Amino acid sequence: MEARIQLLAIVASGILLLIVLELVRRRRLLERYALLWLLSGVVLLVLSTFRGLLEDAARVIGVEYPPSALFFIAFAFVLLLLLHFSVAVSRLADQSKVLAQRLALLEKRVRDVEALEEPAEEAEEAERPRAAAAR
Amino acid sequence: MRGSPTTWRCQTRDECSYPANGRAGDLIRYNTMDMTRCLAVVPAYNEAATVGRVVRSIRETLPFFDVLVVDDGSTDATATEATRAGALVVTHPFNLGIGGAVQSGFEYALENDYDYLVQVDADGQHEPRHVPDLMRAMQDDPDVDMVCGSRFLSQDFEYPAPVSRRTGIHIFAFLLSRIVGQRISDPTSGFRLYNRRAIAVFARDYPHDYPEVEAVLVLHHHRLRMREIPVRMYLREGGLSSITSGKSAYYMIKVMLAIFVGLFRARPLPEPGGEAPVAAEHGI
Repeated sequence: MEARIQLLAIVASGILLLIVLELVRRRRLLERYALLWLLSGVVLLVLSTFRGLLEDAARVIGVEYPPSALFFIAFAFVLLLLLHFSVAVSRLADQSKVLAQRLALLEKRVRDVEALEEPAEEAEEAERPRAAAAR
Repeated sequence: MRGSPTTWRCQTRDECSYPANGRAGDLIRYNTMDMTRCLAVVPAYNEAATVGRVVRSIRETLPFFDVLVVDDGSTDATATEATRAGALVVTHPFNLGIGGAVQSGFEYALENDYDYLVQVDADGQHEPRHVPDLMRAMQDDPDVDMVCGSRFLSQDFEYPAPVSRRTGIHIFAFLLSRIVGQRISDPTSGFRLYNRRAIAVFARDYPHDYPEVEAVLVLHHHRLRMREIPVRMYLREGGLSSITSGKSAYYMIKVMLAIFVGLFRARPLPEPGGEAPVAAEHGI
């Protein structure tokens, strides 16, 4: 493997790792969602650092050119992450649906309670201007 | 604007601050319970089999405690059983996990002006008769903001947990003791008593998935102090533990990540008006 592409791969996966850790540190990324990112970052870093390991992996997958194997593995991780986020988005969509339904039911209950209390208040309101006019 | 500690209350979450003068624990002793507002929070997810018995035993043993069951989106009769046993019940529209459930308890306590909050598991692991011991430990030392019941401090009783789980607990105990600078024997225990300061902190900032270990760090970062006392715990009577064997590896990795990333987080400064009981020294 050419030294330049190896260096590029090491730097890129190193930066990915640092960005993920920094996002967790700043609480912009929950640990729950950071774990898969960290796993892919670590695997890519290890494979790009140790040439022999990558060549073995390429042979197992059946790829002639080891850097292509790195791209293949990175692509596999990207697919895995996308699937992970699709699952997460589905859960969030379902939860926001449940929240909207709960909110709608709650609003109706509040309106019903207000409707029960209002007639009494309206009667009071009607009294007041009349009393003022009389004065 | 701040009133006396007994009337102190948060208007919004951002305005929250510690009591300006004195602490709740200074003013109110254990035997003058009429002034103190105490809340027992029981987080429950599908615990219909045991939650009623737990609520009843809390109400019998601790008549001066209000009992709040946080039903974390259960699909069984947990909420009904809890209501029937005489608890206040908050029901989540869906499952938020144990962290979210306990935090709802903290928010309820903050909103309703409680002085103390004790967290009790719904599965019968924790004995309400130990709560007065927790209470006494907190009031003996006004600097303590959280008292934790530990399984591993009493020598006379071996906690019957599998070795793998005990090893995990001991690893966390070792790491946390190093970071916090104080011996912590049972960082995963959920049998904890909190005062107003701890309630205010955790209502704003409580960890998500497996909260107990990280909560110790949050407390330390806010310069609050904790203490452990020995308690006996029992094996769960029914339902399923939130930590199944398949999840425990994920649990270890996730909490480790939180611990080590947490070391690099900026320390929150002490809130204005509150004393800082502990200097934020840390090292590993």
